[in-house]
Amino acid sequence: MSWLPTSVSGRIYTALLLLLAAAPWIILWADQPFLLDLLSRGLILAIATISLNLILGYGGMVSLGHAAFIGIGAYCVGIPAYYDIYNGWIHLLLTIVVSAAFALVTGTICLRTKGVYFIMITLAFSQMVYFTFVSLEEYGGDDGLVIYLRSDFPAFMTMDGPVALYYWIFGVLLLALLLVHRLVHARFGRVIVGSKFNDERMQSLGFNTYRYRLACYVISGVICGIAGMLLGNFTSFISPEMMSWIRSGELIFMVVMGGTGSLFGPLMGTGAFVFLEQYLPEFMKLLRESWLEYWHLPFGLLLVALVLFGKGGIHGMLTRLDARRGRTESD
Amino acid sequence: MDWNLLLTQFMNGLQLGLLLFLLASGLTLIFGIMDFINLSHGSFYMLGAYFCGSVVARGGSFLTGILVALVGAFIIGAIVEWVIARRLYREDHLDHVLVTFGLILIFDTLVHIIWGPAGMAIPLPDFLNGQITLGTLVLPIYRLVIILGGLLVAGILSIMVTRSRLGMLIRAGASNRTMVEALGVNIHRLFLVVFAIGAAMSAFAGMLIAPITEASIGMGNEIIIIAFVVVIVGGIGSIKGAFYAAIIIGLMDTLGRSYLDDLLKVFMSVHHAETAAPALSSMLVYILMAVVLAFRPQGLFPPAGAR
Amino acid sequence: MTEPILRITGLCKNFGGIIATDNVNLEVQPDIIHAIIGPNGAGKTTLIAQLSGQLRPSAGRIEFNGEDITHHSTASRAHSGLARSFQITSVVLPMTLLENVMLAVQGTSGHSYRFWRPVSRDQEMRNQAMEHLTRVGLGDRVHRLAAEVSHGEQRQLEVAMALAMKPRMLLLDEPMAGMGTEESARMVEILSGLRGDKTILLIEHDMDAVFTLADILSVLVNGHIIATDTVENIRGNLEVQKAYLGEEHA
Ligand SMILES: Nc1ncnc2c1ncn2[C@@H]1O[C@H](COP(=O)(O)OP(=O)(O)O)[C@@H](O)[C@H]1O
Ligand SMILES: [Mg+2]
Repeated sequence: MSWLPTSVSGRIYTALLLLLAAAPWIILWADQPFLLDLLSRGLILAIATISLNLILGYGGMVSLGHAAFIGIGAYCVGIPAYYDIYNGWIHLLLTIVVSAAFALVTGTICLRTKGVYFIMITLAFSQMVYFTFVSLEEYGGDDGLVIYLRSDFPAFMTMDGPVALYYWIFGVLLLALLLVHRLVHARFGRVIVGSKFNDERMQSLGFNTYRYRLACYVISGVICGIAGMLLGNFTSFISPEMMSWIRSGELIFMVVMGGTGSLFGPLMGTGAFVFLEQYLPEFMKLLRESWLEYWHLPFGLLLVALVLFGKGGIHGMLTRLDARRGRTESD
Repeated sequence: MDWNLLLTQFMNGLQLGLLLFLLASGLTLIFGIMDFINLSHGSFYMLGAYFCGSVVARGGSFLTGILVALVGAFIIGAIVEWVIARRLYREDHLDHVLVTFGLILIFDTLVHIIWGPAGMAIPLPDFLNGQITLGTLVLPIYRLVIILGGLLVAGILSIMVTRSRLGMLIRAGASNRTMVEALGVNIHRLFLVVFAIGAAMSAFAGMLIAPITEASIGMGNEIIIIAFVVVIVGGIGSIKGAFYAAIIIGLMDTLGRSYLDDLLKVFMSVHHAETAAPALSSMLVYILMAVVLAFRPQGLFPPAGAR
Repeated sequence: MTEPILRITGLCKNFGGIIATDNVNLEVQPDIIHAIIGPNGAGKTTLIAQLSGQLRPSAGRIEFNGEDITHHSTASRAHSGLARSFQITSVVLPMTLLENVMLAVQGTSGHSYRFWRPVSRDQEMRNQAMEHLTRVGLGDRVHRLAAEVSHGEQRQLEVAMALAMKPRMLLLDEPMAGMGTEESARMVEILSGLRGDKTILLIEHDMDAVFTLADILSVLVNGHIIATDTVENIRGNLEVQKAYLGEEHA
């Protein structure tokens, strides 16, 4: 069967996608509905990290404000819903327009800076959005908003019910993966990747890299906005907390844990993150009842260890495995 | 206009500004010299408060508490530099962000384990607890102590940086790292000392504020972001820049909080103005940073010789 | 004389107190190899960087093909037919030689807002890139990573990338820097092959190479052009020049 991927990582990723496609059936069969929730949340976050990886991993733009787009997407569902507008197409259109506009305006300014200045200015803009929503008393301010009904897509797929919502999320995830995959191998993506490593050279080759990077930033923002729209539907409760800088930091963490600049890295990283967040406390509790609250300690240690010893994240580990296997096979 | 209120708010702003300066001066040096982003700098702020608090709680004097906080943070700062930061100076900023994010989690949980989840109040000794009256104005003595303490450290720091050999190296390092290395200075020791002094100053700020706010887990995580704003606005690596930016931001934030609602009431209903004002005034500092980055990315007072 | 392809008038650049380019006036005729020599720190790289747009001149005017390009961006100069190579090798290290040269082809062939079709399937672009790689003698190792090949090969890659931009004029900043004799000879051969086809502004320290290649020679000292003449005349003058350079440097 020559169409099967030959590398370990390729096989794992294919198996993972197949597993995800079948997940609702398996979960229903095993009667663990809670797992479907966990998986849905994980996949939504994965869409966000895939979008962050596009600018951070492929483009070298380390944004510490990406969670702002999640918030924007979520409020693009929440605010219309507050006025009893539940038409999903309107939500989606609004999400795309507002995320793109926000990315365009802030990106125009942010992308004039480099390195740590870029990190800080993206943080600044996301904090501005955060405080804007905190100040919008009408829409709950600090306390957030409850969304009573899911986005309604008449004559299209419904989001009602956990399984339907899951497949919505899974579908968007596949689209995001496909888009990023095509993008980075097309002319556009080559410019983005090239300017990550040597921006000056790319300009002297005739690329106005600023504009390409801006376009990339906007695309990434829109994808993340859509993740936010899904999250709004999933949690049915949204608040400014979704876009605090801690959330943006976690998104970076997931991308790096999975392996920057690889297609499936963000998916793996998000999976690991959500898994740890869910099961590390329970594991600590097994060790000793009172340790439940201390799960941040091993989590933090893991983070430090990841940076010091885990170059390339999960994807890096898998490719090293491939390399080793390749060597032994050719021996 | 209520001038007493204005003056009080001004003193509060100055106090916040000086606390920010204590945090930001270390941060800006670590940033400027080692090119290291230390999100966990705020953890020393928290540790300072807890160290001082435990000494006082065990019947020690407040001054002993200060000493223990400074020395303790210095040692822990040195350990963090030695075990972790040192390996990462040449790596990506991304690695710095992640590793120090991890350190925040570790420190927060350790404090939780050692001192429990609840905050810790730190009673002031009697001689710091009174108030003084100037005409119609009533000022708590301790606020004056914070302001004077902050100014004192700023003064010592500026003398140290401009006059001493260590200061010369620090200034040279902030504007041109390779040059300092070329001078044959033991760069590792310089880095260690700068990191540890930064940690001690951060701890000093934390223990200064703790008698007012009490020590609590994660108390440094909000203010550290503002301190980063100070560093950027002032110019990375610039002590002078950190000082002015800290004062500007401290005043802006405090006065914004107390007067922005009055300003907003001109445009909107009283109710809306009162709810929007606190959030908008929190936003002011970020707007300031974005404007500075957009028009003067090197900051307001970049260190001499830096690009 | 024909109309010059490049005309530089009154070009100045200072970095704070340092005057790196001091009122440079220079005309380069089309389809010749015009070399610039001068001691280290004379301002050669600074001059090239202003021509290709990485540095903004403090004063002066640059005309290319009759068009004032003084305020054009680096990218737009590339599109009008100016290509540069870098003294300190500047390529995309984590990409293969082929990918690097394909980027160079891509840079000046239409826009890159193409989001879907993989470049690896673009046979046309690939063939062009292969052609340039073969021309500089790298045809047999196109799939090696730029980071992994030798220094000399990276220098060849630089030239292949400049060529792949289909420029009317090449700005080459010490293409032979750090090369062995064999590699240098190879580069001289490549560059002579371009004579008559492209205008080349060549900066080079290797005097043998300069004398073999150049039609016209300019001498740059302390940011200032002190002589421009045919190779024979400058060569005849060399003793004087040497003394002059020495004096200036003392
Ligand atoms: N970015 C810069 N900042 C300050 N001085 C510079 C800069 N670039 C070059 N210089 C100075 O300008 C002069 C000319 O440098 P350069 O053009 O590199 O000389 P060359 O290429 O002829 O060796 C030198 O004195 C150098 O130190
Ligand atoms: Mg040079």
